[in-house]
Amino acid sequence: MIMEMLSRWQFGVTITYHFLFVPLTIGLALLVAVMQVLAYRRRDETWDRLARFFGSLFLINFAMGIVTGIVQEFQFGMNWSNYSVFVGNIFGAPLAFEGLLAFFAESTFIGLWVFGRNRLPPLAHTISICLVSLGTVVSAFFILTANAWMQHPVGYRVTGGKAELTDFWAVLGNSTLWAEFSHTVLAAFVTGSMFVLGVSGWQLLRGGEAAAFTRSARLSAGVALVCTVLVIVTGDIQARLMDTQQPMKMAAAEAVYKSSNGASFSLLTIGNLSGQPVFQIRIPHLLSLIATLSWNGRVDGITQVQQAEAARYGPGSYVPVLWVTYWGFRIMVGLGFLMLIVSAWSLWRCRRGGKPFELGRWTLWVLVACIAAPFLANTAGWLFTEMGRQPWIVYGLMKTGEAASPTVSATDVALTFGGFVLLYTVLGVIDVGLMYLAARRGLGTGAEGPPSGPPREGAEELVY
Amino acid sequence: MTGPVASLNTAWFALIGVLWAGYFVLEGFDFGVGMLALAIGRDDMDRRLARNAIGPWWDGNEVWLIVAGGATFAAFPVWYASMFSGFYLALFIVLAALIVRGVSFEFRGKRDSARWRAGWDWAMAVGSLLPAFLWGVAFTDLVHGLRMSPSGLYLGSFWGLLTPVAIVGGLTSLALFVVHGATFLSLKTAGPLADRARQVAIWLTAPAVGLVITTAAWLSAAGSHGPGGLGGTVPIALAAACGLAFAVSGILVRLGRVGFAFALSALGILAVVAAVFTALFPRVMVSSGPGPSLTIWSAASAHLTLVVMTIVAAIFLPLVLAYQGWSFWVFRQRLVRPAAQSGPPHRTSARRT
Repeated sequence: MIMEMLSRWQFGVTITYHFLFVPLTIGLALLVAVMQVLAYRRRDETWDRLARFFGSLFLINFAMGIVTGIVQEFQFGMNWSNYSVFVGNIFGAPLAFEGLLAFFAESTFIGLWVFGRNRLPPLAHTISICLVSLGTVVSAFFILTANAWMQHPVGYRVTGGKAELTDFWAVLGNSTLWAEFSHTVLAAFVTGSMFVLGVSGWQLLRGGEAAAFTRSARLSAGVALVCTVLVIVTGDIQARLMDTQQPMKMAAAEAVYKSSNGASFSLLTIGNLSGQPVFQIRIPHLLSLIATLSWNGRVDGITQVQQAEAARYGPGSYVPVLWVTYWGFRIMVGLGFLMLIVSAWSLWRCRRGGKPFELGRWTLWVLVACIAAPFLANTAGWLFTEMGRQPWIVYGLMKTGEAASPTVSATDVALTFGGFVLLYTVLGVIDVGLMYLAARRGLGTGAEGPPSGPPREGAEELVY
Repeated sequence: MTGPVASLNTAWFALIGVLWAGYFVLEGFDFGVGMLALAIGRDDMDRRLARNAIGPWWDGNEVWLIVAGGATFAAFPVWYASMFSGFYLALFIVLAALIVRGVSFEFRGKRDSARWRAGWDWAMAVGSLLPAFLWGVAFTDLVHGLRMSPSGLYLGSFWGLLTPVAIVGGLTSLALFVVHGATFLSLKTAGPLADRARQVAIWLTAPAVGLVITTAAWLSAAGSHGPGGLGGTVPIALAAACGLAFAVSGILVRLGRVGFAFALSALGILAVVAAVFTALFPRVMVSSGPGPSLTIWSAASAHLTLVVMTIVAAIFLPLVLAYQGWSFWVFRQRLVRPAAQSGPPHRTSARRT
C-alpha cells in the first residue's frame, strides 16, 4: 500500500514536471520553425536573429524535456510492472513508435539545425527545424495514442490476464485519441506562443529592439489567438466524448451529485464539494450544453454513476478526488478564456499602423505575467483528466491499485522519489535561472548574418 | 511455452539486440568522450572540443536506448516489466546519471564561471561513467542468471545484482567504452587532445581485451542455467571476435589509422552485444531458480502486435539509419582549437541594458 502510494506520487510529480517542458517544446519548435522559414523565404536577417534568440530558449527547455522524458518511459516498468504486463501488447507499441518515428527525427535534426548553420545549404538548414517541429507533433500523437487507450480502451480483447491487440486501426482511430491529440497539441502551440509573446513583451519593456520584438509579438499573438479558439472548440468536443465514455469524470468535473436535465454550470463554489455548498455561482443550462449539446440534455450525477459502476464492476468507490477534478477543470477553462482575451487584445495592439506596441507598458506587463497561464492550464488539464480517471488506470479494465510492481519495496520507492524531487528541484531552479539569463540577453548582433551562399568548408564551429 | 525458432519472436529478439547494439556502439563512444573530457582535457578549450566532438549526435545516440526500451515493452512486456522493476535502483542511478549528463551539454556554457563549468564537467564524467559500468553489470546478470520467481519476477535486491562476475562485466563495458571513446576523440579532433586520446586508446586496449576474455570465460565456466538455445560456442566465438577487433583497433591507433581503428572498435562492441544475445537465446532473462527463465515465448506479446511492429520497423528503421548516417557525414570534419582570442560562445556578463 505504501509502495503504491509513493509510486503514485512519484509518477504524478515526475509527469507533471515533465509536462511543463513538453508543451513549450512543441509550441516553441513550431514558432522557431515559422521564424526560420520566414527568414529563409524573405532572406530576412531580423527573422533569422529572432529564430536564433528563441531557439536558444528552446534548446534549454528541450534538454530538460528529453532527460525527464526517459524517466517516464522507464517508470512504467520500474514502478508499474503489473500494469506493463497487462497493457504491453497495446501500450508498448506507440511508445516504440514514438521513439522510432519522432524522437530519432527530433534529436538528429535539432543537431543539424544547431551545428549545421554554416555547414548546410540554407534550405536544408530551414527544413531541419521544420522536421524538428513535425517530430514533436508526431511524438505527441503516439504518446496520446497510448494515453487515449487508457482513457477509452478499444481494439483489444483480454486473454490470460493481458489485454491483447485485435485491431490496430481501432487503436489509431480511437475517438478519444483524436480529441485529445488536437486539444493537447493546440494547447502546446498556445503555450509556445504565449511564451514568445511574454518574452517579446518583456524585451520591449526593457528597451530591446522594438521593431524585431513587435514582429515576434504579432506572430505569436496571432498563433495564440487562432489556437486558443481551436483549443476551446476541441475541448468542447472532448467534453461530450467524456460524458459518454467516462460519465464519472464529467460529473466529477462539476462535483454534481444528482442527475438532472438542463443542468447548470457552477462557476465557482465556496465551502465544500460534498453536495451542500455554502455559496455557488451557477449558469443555467450551460453544463447540459457542454456535455450533450442540448438545452435540456441529461447529465448524470456522481451518485447515479457510482451506483451504475458499482453494479457493473463490483463494490468499491468509483469517485475521484473531487477538489482536484472540480478546480482543475475550472482553472483550465478559466485560463483558456483569459488567454483568448489576452491574445486578441495583443494582436489588436500590435497591429500594423497602430500606436507603437512598445509604449503600452501596462499591456506588456500583463503579457509577461501571462507566461504562467498556459503552464498552469496545461497542468490543471492533465491533473483533471488523469486523476479524474481514478480509481482506474485503464478505464473499466484495470484499477491503479492493481498496477504496481509486486517486487519493489516501499523503501526503494521512497529513495528514488526523494532522489527525483531533489534532482528536479535543483534542475528546475537552474533551468529557470538560465532561461532568465538567455531571455534577458536579447537579440544577437547578427554579425554572422543569416546562412546564405554555399556551405563553408574547413573547421566546424564550437557550439557548446 | 515454446515455439518455432523461425518466428516473429526470434526476429524481435534479434531486433532488440540490434537496438541495444546501436545504442552501445553510439552512446558507447559518447560515454567514453564524456569521461575523457575531464580526464585528459587540460583546459576549458580541450573540454569544449571534446563536448562539441559529440555535440550534434549525443541526443540522437541516446534515442536508441529509448527505442530499445519501447520495443522491449511492446514485443516482450513481461521481460520489460520484470527487468525494469527488478533492476529498480540500478535503473534509477542510470536515469539520474543520464539526466545530469544530458543537461550538462546545454547548461555548461551558459554561465561565465570556472566553477560552474567544472561542475558540469564532473556531471558529464560521472554521468557517463555510471551508466557505462551499470549496463555491463545488468547484461552480465541477465546472462549469468538471477533469482526468479515462478511468475518471472526478479527476487533479489540491488546488491544482489553486484555479484563478482557482474562487477567484472561492468568494468568490461566501462573499459570498452573508454577505448571506443578515445578512438573516436582521436578521429574527430586534431592536435594535443587527439594525441592524448590516442595514448589512452593504446594504453587501455590490452586491459579492455583482457576484461572481455575474463568475463566471457567466467560466464562460460559458470554455465548457463536452464535450457539454452545456441549453446556455448557461438557466444564465445563472438566474444573472441570482440577481443580481436579491439586488439587490432589498438594496433591501428598506434599506426595512426584511427578511422579504421574506430570502425573496428565499433564492430567489437557490435560483436560483444551479439555474444550477449546469442548467449541468452531463446531466453531473455536467465533464472538461477526457483522459477523458470523468461523466454522469447513466455515474455512475448501476441502475434498481431509483433506483426504491426515488424511493418513499422521495416519501413522506418532504414530511414532512421539513413538520416542519422547523413548527419554523421555532414559533421565529419575534425575539430581544431580555434584561434586564441575567440572566447566561449555564450557570454552572459555582456549586455546589461
